[in-house]
Amino acid sequence: MMKHLLGIVLLATSCIAAAAAERRGTGDLGIVVERAVGAVQIIDTTQRRVLSRVTGLGDLSHASAVFSRDGRHAFVFGRDGGLSKIDLLTGSLVKRIVQAGNSIGGAISDDGRLVAVSNYKPGGVRFFDSESLEPVADIPAAYGVDNELSKVVGLVDAPGRRFLFTLYDAGEIWMAHYPSGGVPKITKFAHVGELPYDALITGDGRHYVAGLFGEDGLAHIDLWADKPVVRRILDHYGRGEEKLPVYKMPHLEGWARAGDRMFLPAVGRHELLVIDATTFAEIGRVAVHGQPIFAIARPDGRQVWVNFAHPLNDTIQVIDTQNLEIIHEFTPGKAALHMEFTPRGENVWISVRDADRVDIYDTQTFERLETLPMDKPSGIFFTARANRIGL
Amino acid sequence: MRAWKSMLSAVVASASIGVALAGVLPDPVRQAELTHLVLHDCGSCHGMTLKGGLGGPLLPANLDHYSSEDVATFILDGIPGKPMPPWRGQLSTQDALWIAEQLKKGFAQ
Repeated sequence: MMKHLLGIVLLATSCIAAAAAERRGTGDLGIVVERAVGAVQIIDTTQRRVLSRVTGLGDLSHASAVFSRDGRHAFVFGRDGGLSKIDLLTGSLVKRIVQAGNSIGGAISDDGRLVAVSNYKPGGVRFFDSESLEPVADIPAAYGVDNELSKVVGLVDAPGRRFLFTLYDAGEIWMAHYPSGGVPKITKFAHVGELPYDALITGDGRHYVAGLFGEDGLAHIDLWADKPVVRRILDHYGRGEEKLPVYKMPHLEGWARAGDRMFLPAVGRHELLVIDATTFAEIGRVAVHGQPIFAIARPDGRQVWVNFAHPLNDTIQVIDTQNLEIIHEFTPGKAALHMEFTPRGENVWISVRDADRVDIYDTQTFERLETLPMDKPSGIFFTARANRIGL
Repeated sequence: MRAWKSMLSAVVASASIGVALAGVLPDPVRQAELTHLVLHDCGSCHGMTLKGGLGGPLLPANLDHYSSEDVATFILDGIPGKPMPPWRGQLSTQDALWIAEQLKKGFAQ
């Protein structure tokens, strides 16, 4: 009797599990943000199709996402301070909290236990338990004699349960070390430059670099140094020339590293800067179609794909990283603002916001393989990010 | 912040050039284009709901102490020392005034 009962219970449990989650991996899954309707589409990059859609995520303009280290959950950061945990396998919203009034992005610790969110209002960084989304720590970005709160940008994770972020209004970079079971310890770097608008960390977790809107140049910290300090790199790259009006801020996340070179958008110029990835000295420039927004290396580093600010945002150019030539140019459509490579780089997914489409291209032949209809698609994020520092 | 505010008034005082009272409204097709531009392109800094982002909020309460002409001047000429770019060349004076008026009324979402 007991055995019989147990059998029924087991059968029932496994049926529930099967209904809830197909038995499959998540290594080829990802999400596409539909910014205007507060939804994400969960997609499969092998089948090149949509698996499901999760709605009710609030204001997703400028939304971004990170993944749990098992690649099963996405944490989506909305503009309205919303933090949503999504189960990619069941296509469902696990939990959503509104943790601030206005926020800009987030990061996840190397051990996967902490999710951090950078906020404009109230300016600062808040930390949450990745399992429960319960708050665990709060770092207000107070600066100056009046303790005003600065907007926080460029939040990234670094090895050793560290996070780095940049105070836009204060012109400072802070590093928070958050030991397991302890409280966050903060190291501050002051006077990094005027209006740092975004930052990145290199894939090895060594270099943190903040772009400056108010000056020609970037602020750089070598985290491998015994005593890390801020130094200026690419100072006066504009050589005092008048910069063009900037209709959209460039993004530094996903800065293109290709072998021993890095490619980055020059603010207010129709140029990519090419720099030496060890010395950070400029080694060249590539004249491009417009003001670059994203310059992203294909995962093997052989190509860099670039898109552009309004009003030239219908075009994408592909640069050969060895001879610095533009080897391909095409116009997917108006507001082609986000690109994401499949983990090995054979395909790229591009959201064409104003055409309500996501297009998938072969990166060798440049042929369009598939088109998926989506509602004002913006950011595209694949689970391969779960295994990369700073993404 | 205080410095920025006083700079803004200086800009307003000195730069009402170019923004003459316009008689002609953009036609409905152009209005739809401008609405899209405001929500999505201005929205990339000011937030799609215009509650602010890296750029400040653009809700009626935030613009109360500026006239439509002032706001149109910010749009056309940008704000020196801040990331706000001049949109002159892409937007006509009429376009900018129409956007300014919609912003002050509360932009139709």
